[in-house]
Amino acid sequence: MNMELSRRSFLKVAGAGVAGTTLGSMGFGDAEAAVAAHVRPFKLATTTETRNTCTYCSVACGILIYSKGDVRKGETAVITHIEGDADHPTNRGTLCPKGAALKDFVHAPTRLKYPMIRKAGTDKFERASWDQALDRIARLMKDDRDANFIAKNEKGVPVNRWTTVGFLAASATSNETAYATYKVVRSAGIVAFDNQARV
Amino acid sequence: MTNAWTDIKNSDLVVVMGGNAAEAHPCGFKWVTEAKAHRGAKLIVVDPRYTRTASVADYYAPIRQGTDIAFLNGVIKYCIDNDKVQWEYTKNFTNAAYIVKDGFGYKDGLFTGYDETKRDYDRSSWDYVIGDDGFAVVDMTLQHPRCVWNLLKEHVSIYTPEMVERICGTPKDKFLKVAEMMAECSSPTKNMTSMYALGWTQHSSGSQNIRTMAMLQLILGNIGVRGGGMNALRGHSNIQGLTDIGLLSHLLPGYLNIPTEKEVDFPTYMSTRGFKPLRPGQTSYWQNYKKFFVSFQKAMWGAAATPENNFAYDYLPKLDVPAYDVLRIFEMMDEGKVNGYFCQGFNPVLAFPNRGKITRSLSKLKWLVTMDPLETETSHFWENHGDYNDVDTASIQTEVIQLPTTCFAEEEGSLTNSGRWIQWHWPAGSPPGEAQHDNWIMGQIFLRMRELYRKEGGAFPDPILNLSWDYANPQEPTAEELAKEINGRAITQLTDPTDPTKVQVEAGKLLVNFSQLRDDGSTSSGCWIYSGCWNEHGNNMARRDNHDPDDTGAYLNWTFAWPLNRRTLYNRASADMNGKPWDPARKIIEWDGSKWSGYDVPDIAPTAKPQDVGPFIMNQEGVSRLFARGLMRDGPFPAHYEPFETPIPNVLNPKIRGNPVARVFQNDVKQFGTADEFPYAATSYRLTEHFHYWTKHNPVNAALQPEFFVEISEELAKEKGIELGGWVRVWSKRGSIKAKAVVTKRIRPLMCDGKAVHVVGIPLHWGFMGAAKKGFGPNSLTPFVGDANIETPEYKAFLVNIEPTTAPVGV
Repeated sequence: MNMELSRRSFLKVAGAGVAGTTLGSMGFGDAEAAVAAHVRPFKLATTTETRNTCTYCSVACGILIYSKGDVRKGETAVITHIEGDADHPTNRGTLCPKGAALKDFVHAPTRLKYPMIRKAGTDKFERASWDQALDRIARLMKDDRDANFIAKNEKGVPVNRWTTVGFLAASATSNETAYATYKVVRSAGIVAFDNQARV
Repeated sequence: MTNAWTDIKNSDLVVVMGGNAAEAHPCGFKWVTEAKAHRGAKLIVVDPRYTRTASVADYYAPIRQGTDIAFLNGVIKYCIDNDKVQWEYTKNFTNAAYIVKDGFGYKDGLFTGYDETKRDYDRSSWDYVIGDDGFAVVDMTLQHPRCVWNLLKEHVSIYTPEMVERICGTPKDKFLKVAEMMAECSSPTKNMTSMYALGWTQHSSGSQNIRTMAMLQLILGNIGVRGGGMNALRGHSNIQGLTDIGLLSHLLPGYLNIPTEKEVDFPTYMSTRGFKPLRPGQTSYWQNYKKFFVSFQKAMWGAAATPENNFAYDYLPKLDVPAYDVLRIFEMMDEGKVNGYFCQGFNPVLAFPNRGKITRSLSKLKWLVTMDPLETETSHFWENHGDYNDVDTASIQTEVIQLPTTCFAEEEGSLTNSGRWIQWHWPAGSPPGEAQHDNWIMGQIFLRMRELYRKEGGAFPDPILNLSWDYANPQEPTAEELAKEINGRAITQLTDPTDPTKVQVEAGKLLVNFSQLRDDGSTSSGCWIYSGCWNEHGNNMARRDNHDPDDTGAYLNWTFAWPLNRRTLYNRASADMNGKPWDPARKIIEWDGSKWSGYDVPDIAPTAKPQDVGPFIMNQEGVSRLFARGLMRDGPFPAHYEPFETPIPNVLNPKIRGNPVARVFQNDVKQFGTADEFPYAATSYRLTEHFHYWTKHNPVNAALQPEFFVEISEELAKEKGIELGGWVRVWSKRGSIKAKAVVTKRIRPLMCDGKAVHVVGIPLHWGFMGAAKKGFGPNSLTPFVGDANIETPEYKAFLVNIEPTTAPVGV
């Protein structure tokens, strides 16, 4: 966790009237603390500020997300505002028409909430539990792999190839997710493995 | 990008060709306006449409889509003819002086070794003459008739301004103006940058489009310098990262290769990866390949990867084809050879070409799993939406499992931007409903499958059973754990190879960076190029010091850039043969007589003498390649080929259709259209209010740009009786769509080889899910063929017809 102070988190600390010891550690004396303590808190001071990166294009503009509640403390957190990060060297606080509307992407009416299964030939999704969905996936994968895995080619060379199942990876997941995905997909022998960079 | 977004402010000339940064990358484009406002930089836009980038350009030239190589070869010819070459750079930092084998040649639009039945070349003659000393033979005077420079001169000689006009439709005077402005940047103190995106990649000659500009940039001495470079703007927030981590059919992480089945064992695999220098004293950094590979295998399989089993080489899948890329796997799906498919944050029903074929192929699957924060057209491909998705639901026997994932605002980890900055982010909100992190989902799939293999046994379970998965909570590995694994650590104590009494890294500690990797199994690293991202100093990707000494734009203490926190690739080339900056005002690094230092991490060994060691340290030559040897499938020099669907025949060689070595499947050839039936040249693009097929789910963006449309010129509208705002039908050999017509001055007919070519512009943001009005995308129309080297589909140049029509059904 990066503990550098940004403009907003300064306001939060000062505006919330936190004890002088905190301000002292920031280099303020008691006098400044006394003044700060009676200033009405900014609205954003009651929110949690989080640094993040815009999810759209690869300029990777810095953004600040404000939430009611702190998800890192295990609380339920509702995102109430997103703006450009003025400290970020690339975008210096600015956002484009896509980035400026990020909050409404997060809260889009078509965000998915539950695992769903559409059975063959039917015309609707039905809600499933995670256990149902994941056990089903593991079973489908295992059965197909056992049936179609090519351990060796006709020359007897180990090829460890599974061609009847493919995996398309995302373009906005983190590098860490990408790496975890890589491990799972490749260890199974899947060769039809691409991401959005292919197109 | 070779450079960073913040470096664009250092440019003298910004060339946007094959992209539209003002609309697709608005906040990055601000660095272009910065360069214009404070440096007096000029902006050139070359594009079939008069885009918003063009609207602020100093000079705009129209071009017919799919003809960029002819244009840029014409510029190279102009530079050669007019002595606009950065000679010291070209002679010393490129392979201009290298002598090419006698067998190599180019005739009738084809290079030596073409086999029409295989649609491939025997590339053995595309190489240097190797001397008795084992090194490539060079002639530094550039007099030898077989040196690369003279072969290049000959190769581009046909691309005269008149020929460029015939092929590209760019009026000769406009072409010459652009060529003149670019050529001025051959001065060591004038730097040009190239900003491109999918307007160059999505062609059957996409790789060569980019290569041609790279060659021009080398001749002008603009690679490795501030305000220069080849800058791929890239499309998605972590498309660079997913490529770096190797999530492509033919790759291992860090641009290592998945073995082919011809590489029957590890020694065979390594036998072609020695990367011996081709000139004396050169770095040829890929000589360390084995260290990277073995360390990756150790990250994957830990103790199960041993010297005795060749570090579990046999656990890796081995390819029998160049790649199971997306076009190939959908072709196989259509043939009924694929049973299951996963789409993680990916929407192929709108993203892959020839949508009819995509939907038909998905309908042949037994099962489809989608992982996404949003409802997608792919997870609903079986649902009938009238004209917008006209399928017979009951006949589709595919089981679809739709898994809800978190989005960026709810998860932790790093993303790599186009400038290779790896930036950490933190979660801010709780996921909706039961949505879960991708790490958890992948962990669950893995653990459940491993359990089945433990209980039941099955087909070669070893790589699954032995996969290293020792996370504190195996149910969901954390971003921190994975980042450290990517960075790499010492498995056993590492001592200095020259002095075993000196301990370099204690067992279990994180490595400083990839320079500490070993090939004996004593180190692990999930992706070598990222090593250094999270070491014993902490999470370097989370660094937030935005100071920039002397305002160079480097921001060295802001996050971490791969490799080794280097911000400008090839930055050794910013200095001359004595190590002095070409332009002292734009110094990056400098040689002080004993070492390199400056504003960036040197892209060369710190003590490598400037006269001895070339700046392109990844190449066996130590220099860059104007002549690509056999490394490109479609030629060591770029040649103009028309798109597979073209409004005019190939002017140079009318018999050649498309790129002669691009892979085509027989069923798709039947679906290529010709100009007599489909006379108009269509292209696809983004709008600034939307991002792909995501923002149509956002009511704000849906309100800003609610409805699908196509753009045509006033001339074509008049010819076809189409009115502004009226409904039109646009169709290709593969599909038909309906749209509102935007009749605009932004698109004008181009005169190509005496024929007026009308352009039809088709934006790509609509489908049948989300908050925007239902609509179509260009992929309903585009051909199922990809780039000859990397199989990126040809979205930017195809043929359609158009007519007025009535509104679609099913709104």
